[in-house]
Amino acid sequence: MAEIVSLADAVARTIHDGDAVAMEGFTHLIPFAAGREVIRQRRRDLTLIRMTPDVIYDQMIGAGCASKLIFSWGGNPGVGSLHRFRDAVENAWPGPLQLEEHSHAGMANRYVAGASGVPFAVLRGYSGTGLEGLPGLDGNPAIRPITCPFTGERLTAVAALRPDVAVIHAQRADRAGNVQFWGVTGVQKEAVMGAQRSVVTVEEIVDVLGPQPGAVVLPSWIVDYVAEVPGGAHPSYALGYSARDNHFYVAWDEISRDRERFLRWLDTDVFGVSPGLAGAGTGEGGCGA
Amino acid sequence: MNATGSAAAAAPAAAAQPAAYTADEMMTACAARALPDGTVCFVGIGLPSAAANLARATHAPNLVLIYESGTIGAKPDRLPLSIGDGILAETSDAVVSVPEIFNYWLQPGRIGIGFLGAAQIDKFGNINTTVIGETYDRPKVRLPGAGGAPEIAASCREVIVVMWQTRRSFVQRVDFVTSVGYGNGPGQRERLGLTGAGPRKVITHLGVLEPDPATCELTLTGVYPGVSVADVSAQTGWDLAVSGSLEVIEPPSPPELTALRRLQAISAGSEGAS
Repeated sequence: MAEIVSLADAVARTIHDGDAVAMEGFTHLIPFAAGREVIRQRRRDLTLIRMTPDVIYDQMIGAGCASKLIFSWGGNPGVGSLHRFRDAVENAWPGPLQLEEHSHAGMANRYVAGASGVPFAVLRGYSGTGLEGLPGLDGNPAIRPITCPFTGERLTAVAALRPDVAVIHAQRADRAGNVQFWGVTGVQKEAVMGAQRSVVTVEEIVDVLGPQPGAVVLPSWIVDYVAEVPGGAHPSYALGYSARDNHFYVAWDEISRDRERFLRWLDTDVFGVSPGLAGAGTGEGGCGA
Repeated sequence: MNATGSAAAAAPAAAAQPAAYTADEMMTACAARALPDGTVCFVGIGLPSAAANLARATHAPNLVLIYESGTIGAKPDRLPLSIGDGILAETSDAVVSVPEIFNYWLQPGRIGIGFLGAAQIDKFGNINTTVIGETYDRPKVRLPGAGGAPEIAASCREVIVVMWQTRRSFVQRVDFVTSVGYGNGPGQRERLGLTGAGPRKVITHLGVLEPDPATCELTLTGVYPGVSVADVSAQTGWDLAVSGSLEVIEPPSPPELTALRRLQAISAGSEGAS
């Protein structure tokens, strides 16, 4: 059964230095507040896993939480580059960042394999691309050819993702810790089901989870910790609760471009803010929520 | 998928007819016209999304828009800010998970046209969105990466690439093959087991390139008003072949411009609203 705790407790109990952590949400329901809490608790040497690192991992990479990144698209969606990610890869600031790089289809299938309890997934993909030859984090090829035992067809195999911890943001949970989210649901279900431990932040905790079209429900017994964090996906979307704060995404381009400015943002908007407070992260950008 | 990274700069066409329309508007209209009504289309944010929604607002009301966030048949009345924009989920026929959109919908070849942008493209339509520089490990510029592009390029029945054309982006050889066009030439897609036909049009801010049916080499088949073959050659990093039946592409019509500007005005008005 999921335990309902504070965000600070959920992070402290589940995420340790050196862990592989997947904080998912496909441009919608990104667990930004949890990301800032990981920064505040000064976690180090994490292997960060996410299809789209987005601004959430740009913040964590710039803050020095990560030594490795497994991903498939590292841009600021609709805006441009992730400057902290680029600075880490191009200039090893604040430290080197080792990459393992995939396509979206590959990452999605890796999560499915992890959730399914099998060691790899098969897809038609990567054929002829430069990605095929790239090493994984262990130095061995992360993308390998496989022959279908029934037809002899050549396909591609990718290894299962089994993060130590998955962190997602959902619209709501009930008091027993059953979790419900809807709209663009991405790979969050697969990330939670493939992980050893899981944390779900929610917009609100309610008495009864009413029906919602297309909703994904994670029963309480598949989730470890639930924390109520209203606005915990800000500045990304939380369908039914808040729209994307596009001013912040645009402002992030400026904040993150310069190391000094980024460090000031960290001081004022992350270390200067109490855990679990919603909407943090806009002071430096001059465009408060 | 990636935004095409183009800015609203004046193209030769715009210079010849000042203030009538921008190069981005010409590109967007040209891309919209390439989408027949009823086509199922995989679109990314930026110019592809603008083009697909312009097509829906003009000649192709039954275009089926699929965004990689899993929204199928999205009918937004403004341009989404990102693929996770609520307007896509709220207006679509179905919302499915990310594994499902790639495995059930894209992989078996159910999608007619895939739209891609790129930082670099070569004469066989191979595209790079990964790194600029000699080596992968120490890139000069780290680009966002693959996203959905490799499998879109492999499995959509055909692909349209939309990007700004410069000598730095249209290169002899891409620094990294993120997504395969025609590989190293005729027959390569079949040898790799890629099920789709590959890039059928590359739409730039100067005109349109299409693969030669025999050699697969991207060939100039159309230019915008006011653009010369020499203008395009000067912005191409290989010896550009030119079609014998080179077309001068119609400028954006008043209804196209009105519809596009309306979409963009509504979108700008709603940015950051919460």
